[in-house]
Amino acid sequence: MLYREAGQFKTSYEADQAVFPIRQDRWVIAVVLIVALAAVPLVIEDYWTNAVMLPFLVYALAALGLNILVGYCGQISLGTGGFMAVGAFAAFKLTTMFPGMNLIAVLLLSGLVTAGVGVVFGLPSLRIKGFYLAVATLAAQFFLVWLFNKVEWFYNYNATGQITMPPREIFGFLVTGPAAKPAVKYLFALSFVIVFAVVAKNLVRGRIGRMWMSIRDMDIAAELIGVRPLHSKLSAFAVSSFYIGVAGGLLFTVWLGAAEVTEAFGIDKSFLVLFMVIIGGLGSVLGSFLGAGFLVLMPILLKNFMVGGLGISPVVAKHVEITTMGVLIILFLIVEPHGLARLWQITKEKLRLWPFPY
Amino acid sequence: MGDFTFFLETTISGLMTGVMYSLVALGFVLIFKASGIFNFAQGVMCLFAALTLVGLMEKFGLPAWLAIIATIGVMIVLAWLIERFVLQYMVSQSPIILFMATIGLAYVLEGVGDLMWGSDVKLLDIGLPQGASDWMLDNFNIYVEKLELVAGVVAAAMVAVLAVFFQKTRIGRALRAVADDHQAALSVGISLRTIWVIVWSVAGIVALVTGIMWGSKSGVQFSLSLIALKALPVLILGGFTSIPGAIVGGLIIGVGEKWAEIYVGSLVGGAIENWFAYVLALMFLLVRPQGLFGEKIIERV
Repeated sequence: MLYREAGQFKTSYEADQAVFPIRQDRWVIAVVLIVALAAVPLVIEDYWTNAVMLPFLVYALAALGLNILVGYCGQISLGTGGFMAVGAFAAFKLTTMFPGMNLIAVLLLSGLVTAGVGVVFGLPSLRIKGFYLAVATLAAQFFLVWLFNKVEWFYNYNATGQITMPPREIFGFLVTGPAAKPAVKYLFALSFVIVFAVVAKNLVRGRIGRMWMSIRDMDIAAELIGVRPLHSKLSAFAVSSFYIGVAGGLLFTVWLGAAEVTEAFGIDKSFLVLFMVIIGGLGSVLGSFLGAGFLVLMPILLKNFMVGGLGISPVVAKHVEITTMGVLIILFLIVEPHGLARLWQITKEKLRLWPFPY
Repeated sequence: MGDFTFFLETTISGLMTGVMYSLVALGFVLIFKASGIFNFAQGVMCLFAALTLVGLMEKFGLPAWLAIIATIGVMIVLAWLIERFVLQYMVSQSPIILFMATIGLAYVLEGVGDLMWGSDVKLLDIGLPQGASDWMLDNFNIYVEKLELVAGVVAAAMVAVLAVFFQKTRIGRALRAVADDHQAALSVGISLRTIWVIVWSVAGIVALVTGIMWGSKSGVQFSLSLIALKALPVLILGGFTSIPGAIVGGLIIGVGEKWAEIYVGSLVGGAIENWFAYVLALMFLLVRPQGLFGEKIIERV
């Protein structure tokens, strides 16, 4: 009844090719953006920023990056944690070497550094596929974490091996360090995520995105019609690593403020982000957000429910949480292997016909 | 002479670690061959089996042999449950979805194992010999753990049994048929579901043996499940579908890792054991993408 595009005529190519061709979609997005940009910063406080909003934004960005690689280009990667570490350490080195550098520039540059590293570790993808590639990216994961642990230059020779973010300002507002205001941190991360989400959406529906998808669907056929595998695969690795690197940089600079490489960027991170991509929906920008939101919120809710609601001891609750996560993941894969994004699509199709069954 | 003895000791210790990797890889290969599923939960299955064994021995005071039989029973029930509640619904899904499902499975097993038996480090002692082998020390002047020798013998025996099982028995033939082509196997009347239960049970028993070996060596604890990650480069080296490949790959990785740690690791700050296996596998892949004994990858358009 409400959600129907009948009567919305398109009279130009621009209107026809808009990201959101349906007027109701545009309204919903506008409302979401206004709430996220204007209303949330007014009410947000420390706990919500650090426990919910910043993790969500950082992981959404990382999931977006991984989705480009896995969902659009079909190359499985288990090196996300390692690439996030590259982003974080690049941001740390840049900002301590050039204290005057703008934080935005620092983050973009660390994204570029990660993109370079990603291309190097993406090279084997030209020769190997599927699970073989997944194991090859594990090499990246373990090697990078080891590197940042062993080479003292990366953490400026301090005794603990931990990197700590010095306070930095953007336009007169303190963004990093413990004194930064929650709303400022939130808005800073949010603006990154919004810009990169728009870029990603336009990348994947353009020429380069179609190249990726043709490689994903059948690489030999794509090669025959003139898609260059070298360019497509390496560009997917580069773009994906760029996103993941920026996410890693945000994670370190804005969210945590301090990080220890084995703890913050271990193999668990790689799996977590991969789960977000799969539960959210492979090959869907919206799915990356839904997946990140689901996997950030669910453990918090479960923990609050069990420890606060039922009075189970935290240790037992932790085990139950792991088990429940596992069960939910399996359940999800059985019920809807195409993820939350697909569920949303089905809902939209149903809404169009509502209140009639067909 | 001292150098050479040290080299031999390193090599043997590497070989024995390799045997352990091979055992885990063996479980992977079994399941991958029969169902095309890349079973990430194999490592956690080892942990789960070892935890159950220790739990049965400690909590119920069962003698070791009875506890082992009971644990085998548990693993078979587990295989049936996995088929009943997970795999059955996942036929004809893409490999990555199946892979993800096994990671979910790994979480469940880990959580349930910890809930049932507690998450503290446990000692596993089923009466396997411990300490250095006097015979090797006296005759060859080489230090070798008895347990490692036992592990080597057990692994060899298990491979032999599995080989006979696969080549000579009716079920083994059915398993190989399923591995070749699901649909063709179905059409000649082989029940896929039964085969899956059998193959997961066998993998469960392999996991139990691995769990006993690792558990006796370094205690039953969470890190046991992480050897699954080490088994991945072994698989790549040996080829995903080859049982001899898993063994040879395991030995190469085990020895290579020890050599690298001792002769190269000291030059770059140590602990390169963590990633050396992966880089070795990666370089190997660039030369031979299907692994040592893997079937040649043929691409059809």
